[in-house]
Amino acid sequence: MNGITRVIGIGNAYRGDDAAGIRVAKALRDAKVIPPARIHQCDGDGTAIMGWFRDADRVILIDAAEGDGEPGTIRRIDAVAEPMPRDLFARFSHTFGIAEAIETARSLGELPGTTVVYAIVGASWEPGGAMTPAVAKAVNEAVRTITAELKDRG
Amino acid sequence: MSDTERRVVVRNLARVEGEGALHLRVRGSTVVECQLRIFEPPRFFEALLEGRDHGEAPDITSRICGICPIAYQVGAARAMEAALGIEVDGPLRDLRRLIYCGEWIESQILHAGMLHAPDFLGYDDAIAMAKDHPDRVRQVLRLKQLGNRIVRELGGREIHPVNVRVGGFWSTPRVRELAPLREALLEGRDLATDFVRWTGTLPIPDFHREVPSVGLLADGEYPIDRGDLVASDGLHIPVDRFLDHFEEEQVPWSNALHGLRTGQGAYRVGPIARWNLNHDQLPAWIRDVARGAGLDGPCHNPFRSIVVRAVEALYAFDEALRLIDGYVAPPAPTVPHAVRAGTGAACTEAPRGICWHRYTIDNDGRIVSARIVPPTSQNQRTIEDDLRHMVPGWLDVDDATLTWRCEQAVRNYDPCISCATHFLKLDLRRDH
Repeated sequence: MNGITRVIGIGNAYRGDDAAGIRVAKALRDAKVIPPARIHQCDGDGTAIMGWFRDADRVILIDAAEGDGEPGTIRRIDAVAEPMPRDLFARFSHTFGIAEAIETARSLGELPGTTVVYAIVGASWEPGGAMTPAVAKAVNEAVRTITAELKDRG
Repeated sequence: MSDTERRVVVRNLARVEGEGALHLRVRGSTVVECQLRIFEPPRFFEALLEGRDHGEAPDITSRICGICPIAYQVGAARAMEAALGIEVDGPLRDLRRLIYCGEWIESQILHAGMLHAPDFLGYDDAIAMAKDHPDRVRQVLRLKQLGNRIVRELGGREIHPVNVRVGGFWSTPRVRELAPLREALLEGRDLATDFVRWTGTLPIPDFHREVPSVGLLADGEYPIDRGDLVASDGLHIPVDRFLDHFEEEQVPWSNALHGLRTGQGAYRVGPIARWNLNHDQLPAWIRDVARGAGLDGPCHNPFRSIVVRAVEALYAFDEALRLIDGYVAPPAPTVPHAVRAGTGAACTEAPRGICWHRYTIDNDGRIVSARIVPPTSQNQRTIEDDLRHMVPGWLDVDDATLTWRCEQAVRNYDPCISCATHFLKLDLRRDH
């Protein structure tokens, strides 16, 4: 693969478990273990996410999610193979967010050839709140898993 | 069906910001109950501000909304400046108007192009619309990204930007730093012109209801960041007299207060109100483009708000270019000022309508009291009134179609429920 790989961590640093995605991205950036990948942190604006799709062959997105499973559960979604479960990320209905960005890109034929989403199930979204311990642990696990995935297929 | 009762229940309104529902009860051809139920929990921002330093208000209030943080930042900063007796003018004021143009583009384009347009074309959402109208959706995304870029370059990031402060900015750009942005905005202005023309081709439902328009009136410009408060019935007051003429009422079915003209009732704020009060302030060529899209003179059809939003986005591109072309770097990013006790009010035109702030600070600059009236609370009663008038004409359609049209009618106002629920008047009575 000769194209660009992007890793996009999504979330709000000040809302408890919602920070999971951007913490993963920050840890990957700080570790500098994956020089071919471009690391981004994002509040979740879908149009910004789509802007990063344009020149990428491979994109890995990480976001906190609501849904079935214990807090800290990590779900890997191959977004090329399956449609995005929109209710997983639909905490704010107005937002044109990660699920809408991926599905709109699919409709436009602009979804990168490899598009993977890591959804980390959260439990607490309070403004100014701390991250749930199980989610903090999952952040470390996601960093290891994504690092391995990038090395494995890079 | 004179005695038949029919209910329309939208349990969770989609494509609006925040959590709300619509309950409608129709008996015969009469709407006997229409409630826009805002159940998003109150967020107590005004109480949270009390005791904080006045300089924190722009950044704290910007967290009220992820869609219109600049409206809160500029409104809070200007109210504090009024309390401190300073005026931010010249290049610093131009930069504030420029970043506000970015927010107008982001918000108006997102709503018109991605959230509201699918209603008019019969799609569930923009994703479905993209399959049949890919180039239009690409255009909308590009326009939105250009709005993001203005906010990011002046505010540090596109969501919850951080650069606006009491007295001006934390840092200001050099003239040459704005040159690449200018080039991008030229492209944006052309795309936005085409977008306005396209909104004019949409099948707009034929519905007209004259409601008093309330907005700002600025001297020689389309109002964004400042102006006097005016209404279509002739009211013209400085913004610090807002509470002499407007009030808020609590209703049992909403966590957001309903804004009303004292003694007169509901009114409309936002794109259509601004257009009605200020369309003659737009550049002639933009008025021509608007006329070509069906906007000529006062408008009383709320469904046509999609066209007005597109026109306002076009104006924001044009105005941003004018501001960049005239920009001279200010000598300092902030107007020097001393802290003193005082009360100040300000009002700006958020994308959804006027957003009013008033703060009292003490001698140390601590906030003693805060009051914010956002646009969605002011439009709530008008949204319900619109539906009361619209629905009797739609009773021959099936429930699914009726529900669709009601949701489309609510989205005429792009309600921002998160903004509307940041206050709750707590009326606590203890009986002993």
